[in-house]
Amino acid sequence: MSEAVMDSGAKEALGKEGLIEDWSRDKQVFGVPWGKAMMWVFLLSDTFIFSCFLVGYMSVRMATTDPWPNPSEVFALEAFGYPVPLLLIAIMTFILITSSGTMALAVNMGYRKNRKATFWLMLATALLGASFVGMQMFEWSKLIEEGVRPWGNPFGAAQFGSSFFMITGFHGMHVSAGVIYLLVVAFRVKNGFYENRPDGYKIVEITGLYWHFVDLVWVFIFAFFYLW
Amino acid sequence: MSDDGTQHPLKIYYIMWIGLFVLSTFSYATDFMADGALRTFLILLFMFIKAGGIIWIFMHMGWERWALKIAILGPPAAILVLIGLMSLESNYIEGSRIENYGESTMEVVSPEHH
Repeated sequence: MSEAVMDSGAKEALGKEGLIEDWSRDKQVFGVPWGKAMMWVFLLSDTFIFSCFLVGYMSVRMATTDPWPNPSEVFALEAFGYPVPLLLIAIMTFILITSSGTMALAVNMGYRKNRKATFWLMLATALLGASFVGMQMFEWSKLIEEGVRPWGNPFGAAQFGSSFFMITGFHGMHVSAGVIYLLVVAFRVKNGFYENRPDGYKIVEITGLYWHFVDLVWVFIFAFFYLW
Repeated sequence: MSDDGTQHPLKIYYIMWIGLFVLSTFSYATDFMADGALRTFLILLFMFIKAGGIIWIFMHMGWERWALKIAILGPPAAILVLIGLMSLESNYIEGSRIENYGESTMEVVSPEHH
């Protein structure tokens, strides 16, 4: 895409020299398709939104004088007659990682113009994402049944519920949106929509960026909310 | 161009994938440890390695040019300032709550398992 605006025959510098060159030359700064640059900018803004939620959670947890409910007890599930801490959360984590792996493979297959493999891998990613949302719903209904509300819960500080529902709810919304996004792109790949398009299968990589970001956010939620 | 990294062999993804599984297992294992500085350190360590791997390999940031790397990875550093300010503030609020209202008298029940 940016070949047209580059000096003909000039070799691009890499690393720190490349950084200065990209910003100081009279040309577009980012040598990537606009959709990819915009997705990165969107993800950067989303990073700030999730950071604000997590920092807000940190603030209320530090400021409260009430005891904080122990997540490993609250989120324990009974398996084989024993309460296993965070069992469902661990399964959800592994499902999301698996979906990230299938997405990475889908991007690679997209660049090889293997439409069939790309479609099936993206479909698998979407199904894993949907099952993640299903488990999240199970987790929510279990907690609501036990009396956890955004304004209070029987296990300790009231702020536990508000942080939990807001952070996991916003993340779950991202996963749900991602599933729809994945399905739309997957079926377009299948139907040959991206054949002979200037940016071709870059859209698969852009969709992948969004999906990996959802997994990335979960890494932080898992560490700060469930494990801490 | 910036997208030299579009055709790498699948091996690196498989390694990353297995790595994420192993690291997540380690992360989960920290839940069975006693609370303390070591546990906190390990939670953060595994979190940052996983996050770095996802960004660098899965999101291809490792193959991007510095212009994009700096533009995307630089600004989040501002969050560290927010974390610092908010923890100072929260410590102060907790202190003033204890000073004015006393220690918490909340009665809690322990969660039942299903």
